[in-house]
Amino acid sequence: MPQELSYLKQTASQTAGPYVHIGLAPNRAGFDIFKNNFGDVLTTPDTLGERIILEGLVIDGTGSPMRDALVELWQANAAGKYNHPNDTQKKPVDPSFRGWGRSPCDFETGFYRFETIKPGAVLGRNGKMMAPHVSLWIVARGVNIGLQTRAYFADEEAANAADPVLYLIEQDKRRKTLIAPRSVRAGVPVYRFDIVFQGENETVFFDV
Amino acid sequence: MMSELYQWDRTLQPPAFTPDYKTSVLRSPRAPLLSLENTLSEVTGPVFRHNEIGELDNDLIRNYAHTGEPIGERIIVHGRVIDENGRAVPRTLIEFWQANAGGRYRHKKDTYLAPVDPNFGGCGRCLSDDNGYYFFRTIKPGPYPWRNYVNSWRPAHIHFSVFGSGFAQRLITQMYFEGDPLIRLCPIVKTIPDCDAVERLIAPLDLNASVPLDTLAYRFDIVLRGSRSTLFENRLEGN
Repeated sequence: MPQELSYLKQTASQTAGPYVHIGLAPNRAGFDIFKNNFGDVLTTPDTLGERIILEGLVIDGTGSPMRDALVELWQANAAGKYNHPNDTQKKPVDPSFRGWGRSPCDFETGFYRFETIKPGAVLGRNGKMMAPHVSLWIVARGVNIGLQTRAYFADEEAANAADPVLYLIEQDKRRKTLIAPRSVRAGVPVYRFDIVFQGENETVFFDV
Repeated sequence: MMSELYQWDRTLQPPAFTPDYKTSVLRSPRAPLLSLENTLSEVTGPVFRHNEIGELDNDLIRNYAHTGEPIGERIIVHGRVIDENGRAVPRTLIEFWQANAGGRYRHKKDTYLAPVDPNFGGCGRCLSDDNGYYFFRTIKPGPYPWRNYVNSWRPAHIHFSVFGSGFAQRLITQMYFEGDPLIRLCPIVKTIPDCDAVERLIAPLDLNASVPLDTLAYRFDIVLRGSRSTLFENRLEGN
């Protein structure tokens, strides 16, 4: 017998189930219990950067919205700096921006929706800049382990073309699933990012 | 600087497509996941502060009590959040939710015939301490039926959500109770391909941590992905 390695084993994931709202967004489950609820508005009046909305549907294998899904978002600030000690880039932290939000899909429309700011570019591996993007994590009934993906911005064409992560996606068609088209609603840029589980436009999910 | 996380252990994590858990069939990606090395986007994540958590948030016996205390077995659940290297995961947000003693959730979409308990909300949260330790008090949840097969029942369980330090450590899981015969029958439990990994979701009774004449205790440790030591240069951030 060789020597034994002493690593512990990861705890296995289990589905968040249909009642994930009770734990992560009780006000959406239909009751009020916490003084402070975590939500989908990432900005305060002091937050630096361009205000945007990122929204979309989470779509199952029949093409129907998954109205009980929940999406979390993690992103850098307008300068391209994460509000976390592991980010050692020489850029300013914005004290008015944590960069994290949580949005349960609407039980009627199916939309998740974040009010946030457009992130700056972050340094990637091997000195290559990554295009501005947000990380998304999706859980729901029927999802055994949270799915991880990224949303990029359609109006960042040059940066997207040079992005080392998008570059890894072999098919043009699949790469496009990570790029959110832009429109303007009441003067605010709105990026639409549907998360598609199956079929022709299946979103690229990462093992990261 | 934190270096990369060890990869997800796909030999023990459930795959997305598990036909015996029927809901997964239309809610699982068909294309393989794209393997990606960690960047700053994955090894950073939200930091939470004590002042965001209320005083009663980790006491489910009291945090929704209106006319009295909830019905059911009083229990304490406690344990540590650690990583694969055995290191504590300090000050991380842990959220938990569950059905009441009769197996009914306080949720507008739950229509099970067991009654809602007017004094039980069924959710709580806390931050782990500097050693990764956490605890909360609740009542033991009941099992309940669900429409997978006609006669499928969920074992008694508590849902857990944990953050860790990097967003790629984000985890949701469920804790089961020692001795529950429904565990081995459950299609959701059986999405996990590794028997030992299932055992590690089962909390043992911890009599030493109980409060005599008052509350029983169960122990539940959670292991998140560990991070790699930088033995040779690890060009996570480049330059």
